[in-house]
Amino acid sequence: MYEKDGEKYFVVDGHVHFWDGSPQNWRNVHGQQFIECFHDYQTALSPEEYKWPIEEFYKYSEERILHDLFEVGYDDKAIFQPTYLTDFYKNGFNTTEQDGVLAEKYPDRFIVNGAFDPRDGEEGLRELERLAERYNLKGVKLYTAEWKGRSKGWSLKDDWAKRYLEKCVELGIKNIHVHKGPTIRPLNRDAFDVADVDDVASEFTDLNFIVEHVGLPRLEDFCWIGTQEPNVYGGLAVAIPFIHTRPRYFAQIIGELLYWLGEDRITFGSDYAIWQPKWLIEEFVDFQIPEDMQGEYGTLTPEIKKKILGLNLAGLYDIEVPEELKLKGAHSGTGPVGSDAEPVAP
Amino acid sequence: MSEIRESEVLDALSGVRDPELDEPITTLGFVSHVERDEGTVRLRLRLPTYFCSPNFAYIMAEDAKRALISLPRVERVEVVLEEFHVAREINRGVERDEGFDRAMASFSDETTGEDLDAVRETFRKKAFVRRQEILCRTLLSRGTSPRELAHMRLGDVPPCPELEVYLERRRELGFDLSPSSPLLLSAGGDPIPEEAVVEHLRKARLTRISLESNGALCSDLLQARYGRKEKSSA
Repeated sequence: MYEKDGEKYFVVDGHVHFWDGSPQNWRNVHGQQFIECFHDYQTALSPEEYKWPIEEFYKYSEERILHDLFEVGYDDKAIFQPTYLTDFYKNGFNTTEQDGVLAEKYPDRFIVNGAFDPRDGEEGLRELERLAERYNLKGVKLYTAEWKGRSKGWSLKDDWAKRYLEKCVELGIKNIHVHKGPTIRPLNRDAFDVADVDDVASEFTDLNFIVEHVGLPRLEDFCWIGTQEPNVYGGLAVAIPFIHTRPRYFAQIIGELLYWLGEDRITFGSDYAIWQPKWLIEEFVDFQIPEDMQGEYGTLTPEIKKKILGLNLAGLYDIEVPEELKLKGAHSGTGPVGSDAEPVAP
Repeated sequence: MSEIRESEVLDALSGVRDPELDEPITTLGFVSHVERDEGTVRLRLRLPTYFCSPNFAYIMAEDAKRALISLPRVERVEVVLEEFHVAREINRGVERDEGFDRAMASFSDETTGEDLDAVRETFRKKAFVRRQEILCRTLLSRGTSPRELAHMRLGDVPPCPELEVYLERRRELGFDLSPSSPLLLSAGGDPIPEEAVVEHLRKARLTRISLESNGALCSDLLQARYGRKEKSSA
């Protein structure tokens, strides 16, 4: 919970990790490069006092994550989003099991999501059932750029992917977090294209599709899909740190998201340990659209910020919100403005 | 034979853009080293992350080679992409002019056999939409109304740098450049009816913001990546 200027914010951090990127776990150079790439993201977009030396960043302790998220970081709940990367890391980078250790130890603090890879076929379906039963899954994180031998990615449109989504419906896993990456099939097309999300979102209307990083680097394609599919959400991990180094870009990104998707479908995520919720939340609550842009984007109210920081995800994950932290009165969302607009073929 | 000047090389490279960002590789800081040796130019490129998308990396390396080989007195061009997950494949593919799909065959067989034409076209369109929006923003700020924009012809636009760049992007897509052709066109080259102009510009603005915020992120990542390298080697 975060309190500022008489307003109280319930915080659900929708994107955290408990990873092992240490040299002992590298399977090859890609393991090293992957964690260094994450570290570059931290270096590029964090305030000076929140930058870690790379050795600390490789792997961090239970004490540290608890401290950063809950003791100083204002998170009420944090959702683990696994990233397996077993072609890069001997024991995987950040698996459901690794995250699950903490989730089982601190069940009032963490929610752990599962993952699947449609290339695992029948066996993967059974594994998903096992994970769902063990961790009572409400969500999965999908990384379509995962390498598997000669295959460098998969698409939500694949027949097998749809079988897994059917399995999610059956198991009561209703939150599908999607993260695009740089490689995918076919390699010569745009790997970041979010068209496959559009496809499955209209087919699986009982599922919510939370597109991580608000579709970055394809914000425009993502927003356009968001206007057409009411079950598509945007997770702010990677976009929200712009608030510190590039506030005017952040204003435009959040302004566009509010216009096309509306305040009820944007969710907060720190992407810990890349960024820390403490400063992200402090700066977001203090943030306002610069005056010269307010004509285009309006302003951010405390109600909008409350929804983004926690209430939207609390709704998706059935998290109980203390009475005093709920929205008072009829602050229901107005929905996106863009949805009433006359579409023009892109 | 007179030496190839570095300024000629950089000038040629300034015509090579990152297709995703619609900016020249020279201003993005992707050119890390240029070496001239008689009729040979050796070029080293670096990218913001080790895992950038292979197809865009290939486009830049291939375009850089083409731009340099077209210079007078240049007989041979070597392009080396540094510290990249498929550097070997790309460097070899560009050296042999074998195209993306063949170059990638040892990495993965997941290509469509159509090389990079479709992805190039997609991003030429995005760049065109972005430049159109920038030009329209300029015109709107000078008092033109959206309704007037809807009826404007290219010949009605007062000369300005934004127009120049817009015309370049428009030319790349093979769209009409005659003074009597409409200023506003969709990414597919169709005129925009008056009632759809506001919405068209809204979506164009979104495309511009997407490209520009990606550019900002790439620039910050490049600095973090190579700043770290320079610090650790110091």
